[in-house]
Amino acid sequence: MRLVLTKREDASPWMSLVSPLVAVALTLVSGAVMFVLLGLDPIKALGIYFISPISDVWALQELAVKATPLVLISVGLSLCYLSNNWNIGAEGQFVMGAIFGGAVAIATHGVANGPWVFPAMMLAGMVGGALLALVPALLKTRFSANEILTSLMLVYVAELLLDWLVRGPWRDPQGFNFPQSVMFEPEAQALRLMADGRVNIGSLIAVVVVILGAILLGRTLKGFEIRLVGEAPRAARFAGFSEKRMTWTVFAISGALAGLAGIIEVAGTMGQLQPSISPGYGFTAIIVAFLGRLNPVGCLIAGLFLAVTFIGGENAQISLRLPLDVTRVFQGMLLFYVLACDAFLTYRIRLVRGEGAAA
Amino acid sequence: MTVPPPLVSAQGIVKRFGSLLANDHVSLTVAEGETHALLGENGAGKSTFVKILYGLLQPSEGTLSWRGEEVRLRSPAEARRLGIGMVFQHFSLFDALTVAENVALALDGAEPVPSVARRLAEVSRAYGLPLEPAREVWRLSVGERQRIEIVRCLMQNPKLLILDEPTSVLTPQETEGLFGTLARIKAEGCAILYISHKLEEVRRLCETATILRHGKVVETCDPRAVSAGMLAQMMVGVGIPPTRHDPLEQAGPVRLDVRSLSAPSPDAHGTSLKSISLDVRAGEVLGVAGVAGNGQDELFALLSGEMPAASAETVIIDGVPVGRAGINARRKLGGAFVPEERLGHAAAPRFRLSENALASGHATNGFVRAGFVDRGAALSWVDRVTKAFDVRKGPRDPEAKALSGGNLQKFVVGREILRKPRLLIVAQPTWGVDAGAAALIRQALVDLARGGAAVLVISQDLDELFEISDRMAVIFHGRLSPAQDARGLARESVGLLMGGAGFAPDAAEAA
Repeated sequence: MRLVLTKREDASPWMSLVSPLVAVALTLVSGAVMFVLLGLDPIKALGIYFISPISDVWALQELAVKATPLVLISVGLSLCYLSNNWNIGAEGQFVMGAIFGGAVAIATHGVANGPWVFPAMMLAGMVGGALLALVPALLKTRFSANEILTSLMLVYVAELLLDWLVRGPWRDPQGFNFPQSVMFEPEAQALRLMADGRVNIGSLIAVVVVILGAILLGRTLKGFEIRLVGEAPRAARFAGFSEKRMTWTVFAISGALAGLAGIIEVAGTMGQLQPSISPGYGFTAIIVAFLGRLNPVGCLIAGLFLAVTFIGGENAQISLRLPLDVTRVFQGMLLFYVLACDAFLTYRIRLVRGEGAAA
Repeated sequence: MTVPPPLVSAQGIVKRFGSLLANDHVSLTVAEGETHALLGENGAGKSTFVKILYGLLQPSEGTLSWRGEEVRLRSPAEARRLGIGMVFQHFSLFDALTVAENVALALDGAEPVPSVARRLAEVSRAYGLPLEPAREVWRLSVGERQRIEIVRCLMQNPKLLILDEPTSVLTPQETEGLFGTLARIKAEGCAILYISHKLEEVRRLCETATILRHGKVVETCDPRAVSAGMLAQMMVGVGIPPTRHDPLEQAGPVRLDVRSLSAPSPDAHGTSLKSISLDVRAGEVLGVAGVAGNGQDELFALLSGEMPAASAETVIIDGVPVGRAGINARRKLGGAFVPEERLGHAAAPRFRLSENALASGHATNGFVRAGFVDRGAALSWVDRVTKAFDVRKGPRDPEAKALSGGNLQKFVVGREILRKPRLLIVAQPTWGVDAGAAALIRQALVDLARGGAAVLVISQDLDELFEISDRMAVIFHGRLSPAQDARGLARESVGLLMGGAGFAPDAAEAA
C-alpha cells in the first residue's frame, strides 16, 4: 500500500486564492498547539503575536517599517521566480545595497552637501544590489551554474564584507570602538512621514514599486515575456524571447530592489551601518513572494502579514519571555503550509493498494 | 455442440477520465487467430481501450473475458501471463543498453542475458526480423527498434499481439517488411489487434474491423468488403472532400533560399544538418518528407531562427540574408512558422489563446504599443482566427490546453495564415489531428501558396505530402535530397530515399 500523487486536471483559480488563507489558518492552529505545549494560554499568546502589532498608531508604523523591505524584495523575487530564475540571495543583495548606499553617506559626511544625498544613496544602493545579483546571472548564463547555490553563497560574502567594513575602515572614530559607522547626517537619512514614529518615505516607495510591478506583469510585453519564459521555455523561444537575457534582466531588477530595501532600512531606521542590519528580510521575502502568489499586490498583503509575525515575536519576547526563535518557527510553519496547500492544489493524493501498474 | 469461446471478449467497457468519457460501453471480441482492426480518429478512444486490454488502465465499468472466463487485469504482467503482448507506438527502450539487455529487462523472469540473446536470435530468425542482440539501441533505426519490441513480445509466445499504429514511424519499404512478419505471426495462429487510422493497411491485413468514434463502437464490419471511403465516413461521421490542388501554372520569385546550411545538433542524440540546400518559390508548396529524427527538428529551428546558423548567407528570405537573425526579424520579413509540438512549443498550455496570439504576433501584429499590450487587439485576433478556421472552444478566450488537439492546431496554423505571410514554414501540420481539421488545414496551406506565398511543409505523413506538395524532397541523416516535381513522383522512390538509398555513401554512416 502506498500513497500516490496525481496531477489535478483542473486546479480552480478560486482555490489558488483560498489556499494561502488555509495555510495561515493552519499556522495559527499549530501555533496555538505549540503555545499550549509551552504552558501558555494560547488565546493570550496568539493575541500578543497577531493582535498587538496592529492595535495602535505606533504599532502600525512599526508594521509599515518592517513590511517595507519585505515588500520591496518580494516584488523583485516574484519576477525572478515567475521566469524560473531562483534567486535565493536577496539577503546578500540587501546588505550590498546598504554598503553601496552607505558609502555615499559616509563619503559626504561632514562636507557641504544638499538634498541630493539621499536619492544618490538610493541609486547607489540599487546599483550595489544589482551588481551582486548579476554574479549568479553571469554564472548561470555563461557556465550553467545553479543559481540557487551561487546566489545563496554570495549572501555570506556580502555579510562578511559589511562586518569587516564597520569593524575596520568605516568604523566611527568617535564611536568608542563600537563596530559601527558614523551616524548619517540628516540629508543622508530617509524622510520621516510622521513626527512621532519611524515610518519613512521608504514605505511610500514600496507602494509605488508594488503598483509598477503590477503594471509591468499585467500590462506590458516585458511582463508577458517574464511569465512566458517561466511557464513554457520553448514557447518563449518561439516567441523570440531569450532566456538568457531574461535571467540578466530579472536578476538585475530583483537585486536592485533588494539593494534599495537595504539602503532604505539603514538610512530610515538605523541611521548608520552596523555589523548586522537585517533580521533575515531577504529570506523572509521568499516566503512573502510565495504567500503572495508571485503577484505584486499579493506581496504587499503577505509582506504586511509577515511583518506582523516579526513584531509579534518581539512583543512576545518582552511580555511572554519567549525566545525570538519562535518568530522563525512561525515563519517556517507558514512557508511549510503554503507549499503543502499548493501541492494539494495541483495534485490529488491517492491510496494505492497492492502493486500498481508496472509501466 | 458448443461454439468455442472467443479468445478475448470485452463487454460494455466504460472508462472515464474526470468528466471525459474516453470509452463508452465498448464491446469487442477477437477470435483465436483473427486479425482484427481497431479503427478510429485520434481521440476516438482506441489507445484507452487497448491500454485496458493490456492491464495498464482499469475500466470504470464492464468486463473482460479470456477464452470464456472473466478476468481482471491489474497490471501488464498479468496480461502477459495470459498471453497478451503489446507493441507501443512510442517505444520503451533504453538507448544505452544492447538489444538483448533491453529484452531481458522486459521479460518477467530472471533470465540471464546470454540465454536471452540466444533465444532472441532464434526468434528473430524464425520470423524474418533481423536483429543483432549485441548492438546498442541508440545505433538502430526506428524500424529496427520496432523489431525489438515485436521480438520481445513474440518471445513470450503470445496468443494476442496488440500493435498501436505500428506503421506511423516506418518507411513504405519497412512497412512491407512488417506486413510480411505479421503474416507469419498470423500463420502461427496468433491473433492480432491492429490499431490504425490508415485505411488501406487495414483493408489489406484484417478480416474484421471495429470502428470507434467519440469512444463508442459505431460499426463492426469486414473491411475488405467495404470501400476505403465508406470506412473513412464511418470513422469521421461525414464525408471529407479531397483537397483542391490545381497544378501550379507558374512559380513566382524565390522567397526562401537555403544554401549549404550545415549545423551541429545542440543535443547529443540529435541530428547534425549537412549542407542542406533548397529553395521555395512564391506560389508553391515544397514538401520535406522523412522518417522522424532525421534532422527535421533542427531544420525547423534553423529556418525559423530559434537556432541561429553559422553564417547569415545560408538562409535568405526574400533576398535578405537572415541566417544570424532571430525569429522576430524573420517574421518582420514576412515569415511565419508553425512548429511540430502544439503544446509547449507553438502554444503555452496554461496561457490563454489571446496570450498565445501575442506570443507569435507581438512583433508584427500591432498588439503592442509603447511596450504595453493591447489585449483587445489580441482578443479580436483570436475571434478572427476562430471564425476563419472554425476553432471550436467553450469560452471566448480559454487556456490553450483546454482545446482539443485538432482545434488547437487549427488555431496555431490559423494565427499565422491570417497574417498573410509571404513565407510559411510548418512542421507536421496535421499530426494527431482529426480528419476534418486536417482537411481544413491542408486546404488552407494550398490556398495560401496559390495566393502567392511560399510554403514549406516538413511532414512524416507521405499521403499528406503527396496531397499538397508541388515539389518534394527527402531528409535523411541530416541531408536533403534534391527537390523533385511531386506530380508523377512514385511513392516507392520517395520511400527508398526515406530509407537512405540514393544518398552519398558517407550519409549512411555505417558506424
